[in-house]
Amino acid sequence: MDALATYVSMGGYAGFVWSAYGIAAAVLGGLALQSWRRYRASQGALRNVEPRVPERR
Amino acid sequence: MLSHLANPARFMRISGVALPWLGGVSLVVLVLGLFWSLILAPPDYQQGESVRIMFIHVPSAWMALSVYLFVAVASAVALIWRHPLAEIAAQSAAPIGAAFTFVCLATGSLWGRPMWGTWWVWDARLTSVLVLFFLYLGYIALVNAFDDASRGGRAGSLLALVGIVNLPIIKFSVDWWNTLHQPASVLRLGGPTIDVTMLAPLLVMALGFTLLFGWLLLVRMRTALTERRLRALRIYGEAAAGNASEASSGAARPAWR
Repeated sequence: MDALATYVSMGGYAGFVWSAYGIAAAVLGGLALQSWRRYRASQGALRNVEPRVPERR
Repeated sequence: MLSHLANPARFMRISGVALPWLGGVSLVVLVLGLFWSLILAPPDYQQGESVRIMFIHVPSAWMALSVYLFVAVASAVALIWRHPLAEIAAQSAAPIGAAFTFVCLATGSLWGRPMWGTWWVWDARLTSVLVLFFLYLGYIALVNAFDDASRGGRAGSLLALVGIVNLPIIKFSVDWWNTLHQPASVLRLGGPTIDVTMLAPLLVMALGFTLLFGWLLLVRMRTALTERRLRALRIYGEAAAGNASEASSGAARPAWR
């Protein structure tokens, strides 16, 4: 437990180190999640629309 | 290879196969990189544990610059050859580059506070990276500022090309001007000055960020292409429905693009 506390404290820089990793995870993870959701939504919408479109080719 | 992929239908087919693999590999590399950065890498003899911020700050700075270069090159291709896929690539990449630039600025600030004693200084390196962030935002805003998407695309491409002068300014700002920021320690003549126990996780994180960029780019480009197809299908669907009812009443055929 002590080793873990020492590790988490990051030699006194805990606030800076963990905030930096947290911001990076939030920004990049958030962008990935938003991009993926919009991608799935677009794929779903295309599946809904496509069969109703009359043949043209 | 690139010109072969430049056909949207072929791009959709190949990127659809590549997407899950790229996603899986980037996840594995990023987890490995985080483990290495946060646990295996030693603390710095001067900076202590705060040096761990470097493993995200430096790769995200590299990404901020290289993604901008990608946006500018794709914009040039879009302007010169009028290839729609190039414009979609540039527009899909710009928000990713902006995100990396933001991470670079925020982590740099969090590293600067304990090491330099300040969150921010208006020196050449920091200011030119802030300009890069605003260039990304300006590009995104400009692209979306026009009702006519092709005009917005053209204006954005021009801005992206003009903004490329900022890249050498960022890279060499630490040599040209006095600054708190340290000079290059990895990409320099004479080889890296950083120890291999820290260089290795740094490069793994850089690889992870690059793979993440590739995955995000494919996801966003596929979304943009699908949404464009949806718009065309809806317009066509409405036109066809209108056509059928109007054809019986003998009205003119509605225009369809």
